[in-house]
Order: sequence, then C-alpha cells, then structure tokens
Amino acid sequence: MSIQSLASLKPGQSGVVERLDTDDDASLKLMELGIGPGELVRFLRRAPLGGPLMIELMGYRLCIRPSEGERIWVRCDSDN
Amino acid sequence: MSGPDATATVVVPPSLTSKPQLRRSLVLAIGGNPNSGKTTLFNRLTGLRQKVANYAGATVEKKQGTFHTARSTVELIDLPGTYGLTPKSEEERIAAEVILGMNTEVPRPQGVICVVDSTVLEKGLYLVLQTIDTGLPVLVVLNMADELELRGAEIDEQALARVLGVPVLSISATRGTNLERLRALIDEWPERSPQMLCRLPVVPTLQEAAERRARARNITRLVYKKPVKPHPWSDKVDAIVMHRVWGPLLFAAVVLVVFQAIFSWAQPFMNAIDFAFTALANIVRHTIPDGFWNHFLADGVITGVGAVVVFLPQILTVFFFIAVLENSGYLPRAATVMDRLLSAVGLQGKSFLPLISSYACAIPGIMATRTIENRRDRLATIFVAPFMTCSARLPVYALLISAFIVDRPVIGHFFRLPALVLLGLYAAGFCAALLTALLLKSSVLKSKGTPFFLEMPPYRIPSIKSILLLMWDRSKIFLRQAGTIILLVNVILWFFVSYPKKNGHTDVYNSYAGHIGRWMEPAIRPLGFNWKVGVGLISAQAAREVMISTLSTIYRVQENGRDEGRLQKALKSDMSVLSAVSLMIFFAFAMQCTSTLAVVRRETGHWKIPLLMFIYMNVVAYSASFTVYQVGRLLGFG
Repeated sequence: MSIQSLASLKPGQSGVVERLDTDDDASLKLMELGIGPGELVRFLRRAPLGGPLMIELMGYRLCIRPSEGERIWVRCDSDN
Repeated sequence: MSGPDATATVVVPPSLTSKPQLRRSLVLAIGGNPNSGKTTLFNRLTGLRQKVANYAGATVEKKQGTFHTARSTVELIDLPGTYGLTPKSEEERIAAEVILGMNTEVPRPQGVICVVDSTVLEKGLYLVLQTIDTGLPVLVVLNMADELELRGAEIDEQALARVLGVPVLSISATRGTNLERLRALIDEWPERSPQMLCRLPVVPTLQEAAERRARARNITRLVYKKPVKPHPWSDKVDAIVMHRVWGPLLFAAVVLVVFQAIFSWAQPFMNAIDFAFTALANIVRHTIPDGFWNHFLADGVITGVGAVVVFLPQILTVFFFIAVLENSGYLPRAATVMDRLLSAVGLQGKSFLPLISSYACAIPGIMATRTIENRRDRLATIFVAPFMTCSARLPVYALLISAFIVDRPVIGHFFRLPALVLLGLYAAGFCAALLTALLLKSSVLKSKGTPFFLEMPPYRIPSIKSILLLMWDRSKIFLRQAGTIILLVNVILWFFVSYPKKNGHTDVYNSYAGHIGRWMEPAIRPLGFNWKVGVGLISAQAAREVMISTLSTIYRVQENGRDEGRLQKALKSDMSVLSAVSLMIFFAFAMQCTSTLAVVRRETGHWKIPLLMFIYMNVVAYSASFTVYQVGRLLGFG
C-alpha cells in the first residue's frame, strides 16, 4: 500500500481517495463531482499534448487538469 | 445544523391519500446533473423542443413550459444542469435561486423533480440529497432505465425510496417509458403552504460535503441489485480519440472533412435553389408589365432574398456537423484535447464548447459561457466568441470564394483550394480569438489558474431524428430572417439604389445609395473596397448576410435586370481578387451583429463590454484589411 498523487498513477491503475490538498472551492467542486475521501478512482489516460487527466469513478468519466490531479492523494496497492 | 442523515427523516413522503378533487395548478422545477437527460424529459412532458446535446452544460438558460396531467396544470421550470446547489458558478447560482424562490423571473416551485442518470446513480445522488435537504418535496426520476437494463444492472427502487424518504420512479425519457406513471405521481404531489417550504442552503462545509458524498456511496451500494457493466465501446473509442498522436490527427481530419463538405455536399442543393429563384424572377419579369412592380418584385424582392436563401444548404451542413459532434459525445473530448492550447492563452477547455457553439452563432455561444465558473474567464470567452466564424459569415465567404478563388485540387484530389481558403478564414477568426484572449488574460482579466473539470459522456450514435429536427428548426430561423429583416433591408435598399431616376432610367451611380457609398468611399478605398461594397457594409450591420442581397440588388439594378448571369460574374468584373480577399478578411474580424451586442449587454450587465467589443473588433478588421490590401499591392497583386 502506498499513498501517491492521482497524477502519478500509471494508466489503468486505481486508488481510493485519501485526501484533497486543493483549496476549499476546488475541493467542494471535486466532491460534487464525486472525488471525495473513500471513493475509488481509476486513472485512464492522459489527454494528448500533456493535457488533462482522464479518470473513471462511480461508473463515469471525467477530465481534470494535472495541477488538480497532483493535489488529489490516493491510497493504492503499489503493485497493481 | 442538521446533519445529512437527520434531514431525510424530516421530509414527509408525499401522502398518497390526499387526492384533491379540483384541478390545481402546480409549479415544479426539474433539476439534475448535466447530461442526465433532464431536457429530454422536459421536452417529453411539455411538448416543447429545447436543444438537447450529449455534453454537460447544454442547458444553461432556465426554460419554462406547461403541461397537464389528469388533475393538475403544471408549470415546469427546467433548471440548468448542476452537480450541486453551491452557488459558486452562474448555473448553480441560478438553480439554487429558483429552488429557493429568490429568482424574480420565475414563480417559486412547490417541489423538485430530480432527474438522475440511473447508470451513474452515485454521481447524481449528491444533488438529490442536497435538494432533499432544502426541505422541498422531491420526486426522484431514475432516467435511462433502458440503458441500465442493457448494461445488465437493476436498481431496487423501493429500497431507494425508503432510504431517501421520497418517491422514486424509473423511466426512459428518450423512449418515453413510464411517463404515465410519472404524470400520476405528479398528480399526487403534496400540498404545502409556501411559507414552510424550504431551508436556506448555504455553502456546505467540506465536512458536510464529504458526509453527503459518503452517504451517496453507501446508498448506491445498497440499491444496485446488479452492478452496471462498463459502457461497451467508449473505452476503445477513447483509446483512439484521446491518443497522443491519433487524437489531434483525428481532430484535424474532422475539421477538414467538415469544410470540404460545406462546399461539395451542399452544391447540388444550392444550384437547385438558385435555379428556382432565377426562374421565379424570370416569370415575374415576363408576366408583370414593365414598370415599377416588375422591377420591384423581380430585382428588389426575389433576387435579393434568393441571393441569401441560396446559402441555406451550406448553413445546414454546418449545423448537421455540429449536431453530430454534439450528440455523439465527441465534443467534450475535443474540448479536452484543446484544453492544453486554450490554457496557453489563459482560457480553459470549458471555453471551447461556447466557442464551438459560436461557429453556428455567437449568441448561443455567449449564453453557453454561463458554465464557466470564473467570472474573468467567462468575460474573456464572451469577448472573443464573436471572432468565431458564425454561420452568417459563411454566405459572404461562399459568394466571394466562388467568384474569385479558382477551384483546383490542393491536397490530393479531395481537398480543393476553395475549401482551404474557407478553412483559412475560419482559422483566422479562431487565431484572432486566441490572441485576443491571450491579450485579455495577461492584462485586465488576469486570474489564477482556474480548475478544469469536464465530464466525458459515453459515446452515443447520434439520433437521425434529433439531427433532422435541429436542422429543420435552424432552417425556419434562417428563412424567417430572410423573410423579415433581409427582405425589409433589401426593399429599402432597392429604393435607395433605384431612385432618383435620371431621365426615367435608373442610375445606380447617382442614386441615393450611390451618394452614400461614394461619400464613404475615401475611408474604405485603402482597403480595396469600392462604393458598392461600402453600401453593402452599411446594410450588413443589420445582419451579415444582407451584404449579399445588397450586392445582388446593386448589380442587378445596374444591369437593369437584363443580365441573366450570376452575381459572381458581375463581382468579378468589378473587383480584383486582392479586394475580395481583403473584404473576406474584413468580415472575419468585424463586429457587424447588433443582436450579439445586445446579448453581451444582457449577459455582462452593462454597455461597456459590447461597446469595447464593437470598437476593438472593427479596429482589428480595418487594420487587417488595410495591411492585406496594401501589402498585396506592393507585392504586385491586384
């Protein structure tokens, strides 16, 4: 088990959200979208040209900027 | 403060025993996540035809409609799609205001129909829980029941109703299943005195938000009898669409095909319309005795309106592609691919969707900016949206390109020069938008990096019916415009061009319009425009397309109706290629749309922004045309 940022996951790897380091407004928005502590999130792929991160959670897909992804900390099995 | 769990017990489930005998009127709001099928249901219930698209944020304006059930007359307010009721962005603020009865434009609702995409129940439950917490009566509608079944899942509606304390109903808005049950449930809507309706929601603390999220998760685990299987092919398509090489290439290919199609697919239809109008004008010319009515109808009305209507097929081609891209689910992906580019100029991927809408018309584009939370980003997007090539510019480009640009293949046999010139003009508008955004975002509208969140809907095969309906609606709007504004301007113009008569003959050069045109000619001569173009530029201020009917009328009257040839031929004998290019550049950048200015005024609250826009865009247009024409002349063109 390890805690790492969502942005550092490998494509296809998933983790459970541990905490959000974003500011309050962004955290609130992330939670409305489903990214709250305890949620299982899978990193799918990165958009072309170093663009947003595409993630999957609760059965839907969402794109967020890498800068937010770096502030979302997830717990995951390091070898999956 | 009430915890999320406590509130569920406060809400009394609608009593099934209270069946009022008299007809009553009911005001309900319909809310839900973006892309939950809320607008489809709204259209189903009210019989209206609001725009539906497969991306988050298609509904940004609240809309109202009325429908009747067995015992009630229901006024339904379609709320903007939101994830929560935290008044941070414009759309959530509007939704929260309407629910609380703080919005002066709509009556206070007596309850909320919460639409949830049943394939992603957990996502939608957050808003449901928050709405229930306001204390208003809520009915939860689990939409897309057909898709849920296809994906092998099932929801225990009774368990969900029990745990939420509100009635729950599965429906499919697209197919129209279970709508009778829905109307019956609405008939049983509880009567409540408006005073005790709801509690004020405030911005929740992070703790509250996390608790509500956790509650949504627990409820979801409880009520899915079978889990939802992943969407069958979205992942495979995304592997290509979002691929680092194929993604941008596909995007470029889509754009090229669209531009090629505008010219080649639309051509036969355009020829047919052209033929019809020419024939009609000839019939008039040969049946009505020579004189005022003959000239007025043939040259003032039919030819002028026909010159614009002929471009309907091209405009419909644009709308066809926009509809396909919107309904398939590709647009949000394209927005994500573009986010990198847009963030470089200080905008964000979310600005991309309003900008794409602006290809049709800047007005819906500007309204779509309401999904952008950050006010400065929103202002910047509004400011640059009119640079995007709207469908009213297309006829002007199409006319000039067909008259002046030689049709020869450029890349292989498929992409020909006219399509590439058109693409270049669209690109010029887009670049002007980006550079202006960069200018604004690095000076007066600077803001800290804004978060970007965009939902990726599952891919859907676009419905032919909804695409045809959209094209039909757009045709009606376009033809109405041609039959009103364009016709009116054209009739006025015809008088200005035809009078005063000289020795009983029309003399365009010495007509009223000729005088006005020649009076302004010194100002536009450096751009390569003659006085006829000047008259066109003035009348284009009513609507850009009027430019064409103006030129058509001027040349037609000048020829005294004798010439059976095309407007293109007349233009070509009177203008150089360089002047035509300069004119197209002018149209690419100039602000010539009074309706857009009015909408910007409404959206920003004062005249400052539209006034700035008007000055800025016209200065850019004038400078660009001036540079193109003068440099072109120095280089020996024209």
